[in-house]
Amino acid sequence: MSVPGPWYLVLAACLFGIGATGLFVRRNILVMYMCIELMLNAVNLTFVTFARMLNDVGGEDAVFFVLVVAAAEVVVGLGIIVAIYRRRTGATADDINSLKG
Amino acid sequence: MTDLAATQLGTTQLGIDSAWAVYGVGVLLVIGGAFGVVLQRNPVHCALSLVVTIFGIALLFIDQGANFLAAVQIIVYGGAIVILFLFVIMLLGVDRKEARAQQKLRSLTPVAIVVALVALVELLVLTRVHYWATGASASTESLSGPGTDVQKLGQTIFTGYLLPFEMTSALLVIAVVAAAVLARRSTTQGAAGPPRKAAPVTRVLPRGPEAPAPSSPSPSSPSPSSSSPESSPDVAPAPTPAEAAGPKAVAK
Repeated sequence: MSVPGPWYLVLAACLFGIGATGLFVRRNILVMYMCIELMLNAVNLTFVTFARMLNDVGGEDAVFFVLVVAAAEVVVGLGIIVAIYRRRTGATADDINSLKG
Repeated sequence: MTDLAATQLGTTQLGIDSAWAVYGVGVLLVIGGAFGVVLQRNPVHCALSLVVTIFGIALLFIDQGANFLAAVQIIVYGGAIVILFLFVIMLLGVDRKEARAQQKLRSLTPVAIVVALVALVELLVLTRVHYWATGASASTESLSGPGTDVQKLGQTIFTGYLLPFEMTSALLVIAVVAAAVLARRSTTQGAAGPPRKAAPVTRVLPRGPEAPAPSSPSPSSPSPSSSSPESSPDVAPAPTPAEAAGPKAVAK
């Protein structure tokens, strides 16, 4: 009755590719974080699709944990971004090269 | 009989069509929002496009029977994470357009797009095998049995995945502490910045009272006591240049 699972998997792969492209292309750190969120959402969609295809709750459990970890990651990452921007305003990912030899 | 079969066929046809319609709407929301995140230059518009993508993902979750996860997706992602992004964007004032001409690695942008496309094609080719989903069916717990999805989700999380669940609570506490430390350290640095000039003043001011203090005992004890108070102010200012140089070295 529903759309077959491979269609969802293809959509998730495309979403992951778009997120990876944005992560490579964009230089704004906040937008790069949003692209990481896109990739996490693509993986979540894959998990739910496999949970439906394999008739298993484990995929939805994995999505639950991914959501928790994503929330923690965003909190810490945005704290780091705020700390960076307080030191040097208007910094892009290219400007943060203090560890460059 | 044929009429009943026709109506059944019609309903199933309608069901399949509505399922495809829901999937199409989800694809439009997800892909459109994703392209908005990548292509729009204003970070605020990127965050709003991310909301569109998240709602599309939640729609596809509901389409696949994961109702609880769809609700959590909207609450956590749309209600917490995107709002956090918007707060940071507004607080930092980075909501101006990205100047692409000033990018140092601008020539690498086509390379990045090609690399991402190759990765996407590779992903699609890897999944283009005969069996899309391999593995044991319903190894954790069956999803199609009686009961709602939130019931089964809670049952598996609080029995089989109890230790990871407790570890996520510890992870959240660690994240909260880390965010507080990150925010507080920068504020103490900001507070230590202005007193960096005030610190030598406060150290100089005690040196003034110390200088008269040796002068008053110096008449009573001629040379050894005067040499020792002179040595003590010499020792006392010694930390001040080190402390004054300390924050500078940290600042660099």
